[in-house]
Amino acid sequence: MTKPTTTSGNIGLQIEQALIFELNTSGSTAVDLPAAPKVRTRLGNLKNDKPIGLPGLSEPEVVRHYTRLSQKNYSIDTGFYPLGSCTMKHNPRLNEKMARLPGLADIHPFQPESTAQGAYELIDTLAHWLKTLTGMPAVAMSPAAGAHGELCGLMCIRAAHEANGQGARKTILVPESAHGTNPATAALCGYQVESVPATADGHVDVAALKAKLGPTVAAVMITNPNTCGLFETECIAIADAVHAAGAYFYMDGANFNALVGRVRIADLGVDAMHINLHKTFSTPHGGGGPGAGPTVLSKALADYAPVPFVVHDGKKFMVEEHAGFGAAAKSYGRMKGFQGQFGVFVRALSYILAMGADGLRQASGDAVLNANYLRARLSAELTPAFKGICMHEVVFDDEWLKGTGVTTLDVAKALIDEGFHPMTMYFPLVVHGALLMEPTETESKSTLDQFIASLLALARKAKQGDQAEWFKGAPYLAPRRRLDETRAARKPILRWQPVEAAAPVAKQAAE
Amino acid sequence: MRYLPLSDDNRRDMLAAIGVNTVDDLFADIPAAAKAKAKFDLPNSASEIEVERTLSALAAKNLNASQAPSFLGAGNYRHHTPASLDYIIQRGEFLTAYTPYQPEISQGTLQAIYEFQTQVALITGMEVANASMYDGATACAEAAAMACRVTKRTKVLVSGGVHPNYRDVTATSLKFMDLSAECLSPDPMGVEDLLGRVGSDIACVIVQTPGFFGHLNDFSALADAVHAAGALLVVCVPEPVSLGLLKSPGAMGADIVVGDGQSIATPTMFGGPGVGLFATREKYLRQMPGRIAGETVDEDGRRGWVLTLSTREQHIRREKATSNICTNSGLIALAFSVHMTLLGEVGFRKLAELNHAHAGLLADGLEQIKGVKILPSAFFNEFAVQVPKPAAEIVEALAKRNILGGIPVSRFYPTYPELQNILLLTATEMNTAGDIAALVGALKEVLQ
Repeated sequence: MTKPTTTSGNIGLQIEQALIFELNTSGSTAVDLPAAPKVRTRLGNLKNDKPIGLPGLSEPEVVRHYTRLSQKNYSIDTGFYPLGSCTMKHNPRLNEKMARLPGLADIHPFQPESTAQGAYELIDTLAHWLKTLTGMPAVAMSPAAGAHGELCGLMCIRAAHEANGQGARKTILVPESAHGTNPATAALCGYQVESVPATADGHVDVAALKAKLGPTVAAVMITNPNTCGLFETECIAIADAVHAAGAYFYMDGANFNALVGRVRIADLGVDAMHINLHKTFSTPHGGGGPGAGPTVLSKALADYAPVPFVVHDGKKFMVEEHAGFGAAAKSYGRMKGFQGQFGVFVRALSYILAMGADGLRQASGDAVLNANYLRARLSAELTPAFKGICMHEVVFDDEWLKGTGVTTLDVAKALIDEGFHPMTMYFPLVVHGALLMEPTETESKSTLDQFIASLLALARKAKQGDQAEWFKGAPYLAPRRRLDETRAARKPILRWQPVEAAAPVAKQAAE
Repeated sequence: MRYLPLSDDNRRDMLAAIGVNTVDDLFADIPAAAKAKAKFDLPNSASEIEVERTLSALAAKNLNASQAPSFLGAGNYRHHTPASLDYIIQRGEFLTAYTPYQPEISQGTLQAIYEFQTQVALITGMEVANASMYDGATACAEAAAMACRVTKRTKVLVSGGVHPNYRDVTATSLKFMDLSAECLSPDPMGVEDLLGRVGSDIACVIVQTPGFFGHLNDFSALADAVHAAGALLVVCVPEPVSLGLLKSPGAMGADIVVGDGQSIATPTMFGGPGVGLFATREKYLRQMPGRIAGETVDEDGRRGWVLTLSTREQHIRREKATSNICTNSGLIALAFSVHMTLLGEVGFRKLAELNHAHAGLLADGLEQIKGVKILPSAFFNEFAVQVPKPAAEIVEALAKRNILGGIPVSRFYPTYPELQNILLLTATEMNTAGDIAALVGALKEVLQ
């Protein structure tokens, strides 16, 4: 089956769109600026008189260009996104409206503190919610994303060890099921990574972990609930063993959406955990960011938190911007420019205030309910990787595809034609051919039922036999069919070039 | 709760399908000890109107730049954003999309990234650019780490003209990688001798254009010396509007150019989120951090884009990755790209000229005030001025007159008392001649 062809290459509402560089009308612009006052130029000898090569388009052309591009995207506004460990929940427009209030958008990170008391209060209010929901005494607000928050936590841990004469601790223990960012972060923080195996039932192998603890271990990083969708039931015992061995416990908070309002993170023995505001607290993913990764810290780590942070002297808010001074005397330094991801804070607080303590608890309940509903219904044809109840995400292995010639990837691509975003595939690594699904609490039962019906139908089709070729061809109906990723990597074309210049660059890249 | 679609009937039916009685039964794996204290002294849900009131009240406690003429910069700039820009980035298909890991249904984001990469490469004068970093400061730290990987050396040299946040983030990052940054003293007079400090032990020299105090320098000779020493030249550009008018870092011989696209992409937003720009030479591509979009074809031979060269990245290489970055600043990169597309070559140049002219107007006015001296002889839209009393006091006094009149440099350099009489001022296309006259007038009063 192939798409019908048209002379334009367009197919109904799917309209092909050239690159802006190919739409160039030299001299065009979509911005009319006022005339410049006549003053003398003070550029020294640095003025550039050569053309840069940017294309010129009018405003209608630009608006149409990006509108057409947008129509080639899947999004949470248009459909269901069961990506495991990504928490693709509804992004309320109220958040966007609040982030555009001039008193929050049109303010500068270095304006006098006396003129930005509302901004500091907003950061402090969000910090209060995050500390209260986790039961942790401190939070570093400046990390820009989850991986950045991990780095913040490990930097605090290393700073604490060094301050306590424990600088010889050079190893971080990371379970096999961890996100790739965990080992990458440990390496960036100057640590060696040692892997901890998982048990057959999808948990951290506690005995193996305990056997690896010792005087060279700085910390363990555990995702909880883990990427198998299970709560680490031995979490408190692990924390006790880690602390007894002189190490710290980093909990990856990527899956905090399962726990909000139900567990205080402090009660699990955690020393540091980042919170993805762009997952748990509904700020949009924006096609890859920006996010924010505030990192809650235990008493043992709080003094080492990075600058800047907001303090209150009883009368007014102030910001401590320099490590080594005042309240930041022991701070390990700075990891982000300015005052953190303020625009993301506004959106997250807007969501949190809307949900409230009761709504947040209901949300984690519905998220876990939706995941278990998928698990129960999909088990009719698919094989769950682990027995029993899951948390906010459920993982299936590819046992059910055995002998069909159809792979996890093929099923995912066929789902695209059904109008659904694929689940996370081949992750966690400890599950063969994994299909990891996280529905979140913002999906209705009818959406889940449609998804279940489509996936079960695809499963039955795969099991009929002789369907491998059809599955390998999917998707058939999306703006593009499968793309040649090998070619993209072997002969990288990473920017547009004028036709005459394009050939030699492609050749260089191939060499 | 308006964000939660399940009804009580739905919940009952779903619990039955699962085979448990209550939602709480689904949390049975969590030890009782961990659930016991989950009672929170926090308010319950609020209506949309109530949330708007709470946040509007916080907003009202800030003096914002639409209420008061603002001359603030230092890496975060207030420019005009065309109406169509905000419309485009609020389209749900961009705003609420995930990272484009499924290219068949993410061509919009991917093509936009490819166009963004091309625009960044063009304005910086470099060959390739990535899909974005968090901000300019973290991009600078990534550049320093990349230079150490490329040269297999362990020390970087940071000019005193580099933004102090960029400097601090770089020094902090390197420290934890067991690498080091030698940071030169702040250089308000623009007299620093970098050439004399380039040795064969350094991985890179990090400079900034326009410099933190506003100076414009041609780094071509420095680039030659750095290359002769087997090192890389990293150039920071916190105000990319300047590239509409100034010789590009690439033309000066830069190996890595980093910057922050905030000034072109978003309101000042109290400093975040911005978007880290990162561009380099093709020969260093495999050491570049971050996501990259590349062109390819689909099964029907039609042109399309994918994320590529991912063997550099954490989700494939884990502890051997070039960076741990995952989420970047996608939507702000899109905003940057949309605005650059709206401007085009003609508009970008004109915007830069307008900024320089307004800064010139401000400089002309300030030069009429006794005791005020503009430090850089050449500048773009920002410059440091020597003032006859502590700049922090002046700024407070101006704020009382409803003018956000610059940033005292002492805020960035607490250990340099000799800098307390230096004020950093910026003028963009947003500052009218009236604003400038108001600042000059108020400053005269404050200094009397």
